[in-house]
Order: sequence, then C-alpha cells, then structure tokens
Amino acid sequence: MSEEKKKASMVVFSGDMDKVMAAFIIATGAAAMGYETTMFFTFWGLKAIQKGNRTGKGFFGKMLGIMNRGGIDRIGPSRFNFGGIGRWMFKKMMSDKGVTPLAQLRQTAIDLGVKLLACQMSMDVMEISREDLIDEVADVVGVAAFIGEAGDSQINLFI
Amino acid sequence: MSETIKADLELNLQGLMCPLPVVKISQAIKNVPVGGVIEATATDPGVMADIPAWAKSTGNEMLKVEKEGKVIRFWVKRLK
Repeated sequence: MSEEKKKASMVVFSGDMDKVMAAFIIATGAAAMGYETTMFFTFWGLKAIQKGNRTGKGFFGKMLGIMNRGGIDRIGPSRFNFGGIGRWMFKKMMSDKGVTPLAQLRQTAIDLGVKLLACQMSMDVMEISREDLIDEVADVVGVAAFIGEAGDSQINLFI
Repeated sequence: MSETIKADLELNLQGLMCPLPVVKISQAIKNVPVGGVIEATATDPGVMADIPAWAKSTGNEMLKVEKEGKVIRFWVKRLK
C-alpha cells in the first residue's frame, strides 16, 4: 500500500437494525485497518445517531417523531420484526453468540475516531434538530461535504 | 514449528466476534514498540482470514498461527 492516505466513507440511509449493524461493523473494521473513516447519516439512518427523545415541531413532524421514536436500541431488523418481537429475538441470538450490541459498536466506532456526519436536509425535512443527535456527531453537512470525503476514499458504500 | 517466539504483550481475544478481534489488535499494537510482538488467542474462526488481511493493510506482519482445538493462537509483529 502506498503512503497515500487511506480513506473509507459510507452513506447510512437505512434505519434498520441489521443494516446499521453492518454499517458500524464495516466502519470499525476499516478504522482498525488504518482507514480514516466517515459515516454520513441521512433519512432513516439518522435514527442511529439520535439520542432517542421525541422530535418534531409541527403536526407532521411530531407524528413522525412518535412513529419513529427511540434511539439506536429501538430500531428493528429489516425483515421479521413483527412489532418488536424480531428485534428482541435478534438481540438475544446475537448476545448469546457474543456479538457486540449495536450501541456498543457505535461507541467503538467513536473511540476509533470514525467521523459521524448528519445530513442537514433530512434533518430539516424530518424536523430533527442538532440537540436530538448524540454529542459525538462531528458536523451537520450537505451532499457536497460528503462527496468531498467520498472523492478521496478508496472505499465508498451506500447502506 | 517448535521454535518459541518471544512476545512483548499477550492478548486474550477469546469469545470476541467480528469486528472486535481486529479492533483490539489495532489498539494493542500501539502498546508494543516497533519490532515488538503480540501473542494473542481467539475463538472466532474469522481471525484466520482477518488478521492476515489486517496485517497486510496496516503494514505489520503475522508471524505464525496455530490451532489448538477451538482456540486459535497467533503472533503479530509491529513493523512500523
């Protein structure tokens, strides 16, 4: 490998437990392998970096805040959620096998210096404010800032 | 195969699953000097492929790997 800076970047669009899990596993793995890693959270993906409090200002925003309430521990798998039973089952199966829980994986990513970015436009549409996001989020940015990171990256993913 | 490798640090990664073995190795390597060796044990079969890949990507070296039943023992040397 040359001395050129190794960089990895990804868009986290999904707010599904399994996909967010994959995103954090790849991000921590990349960081461990010496890649400067950036995760850009947009739309449903914002859930993975929300504190979990109720969000929204207007009527629709508040409705969305209720439907989409809770933080990273509340998100369900993309299939077989069955109103939360699937989430419980997957969490149990993962903990029985010693797989790192999602919130801890996010903390590992933060500890390894993975840069967490939030999408300004999705936050405006969904009425999510900076205060609704965890403090570790480095910045709230737009697409150009992400493309700037992605353009320098050898690895770029959309999850 | 029987020559012994002197380790500067021993690391127990048993019970940890992907991506933690690689994460822990990447953190631990900073605690040995350049030229130093980590001797680690793990139970995640994924390390057989992941540790050599980590070493190649980070410019370090996996010296040796041994399987003792379910436990995988490996040595990595810090090169930079």
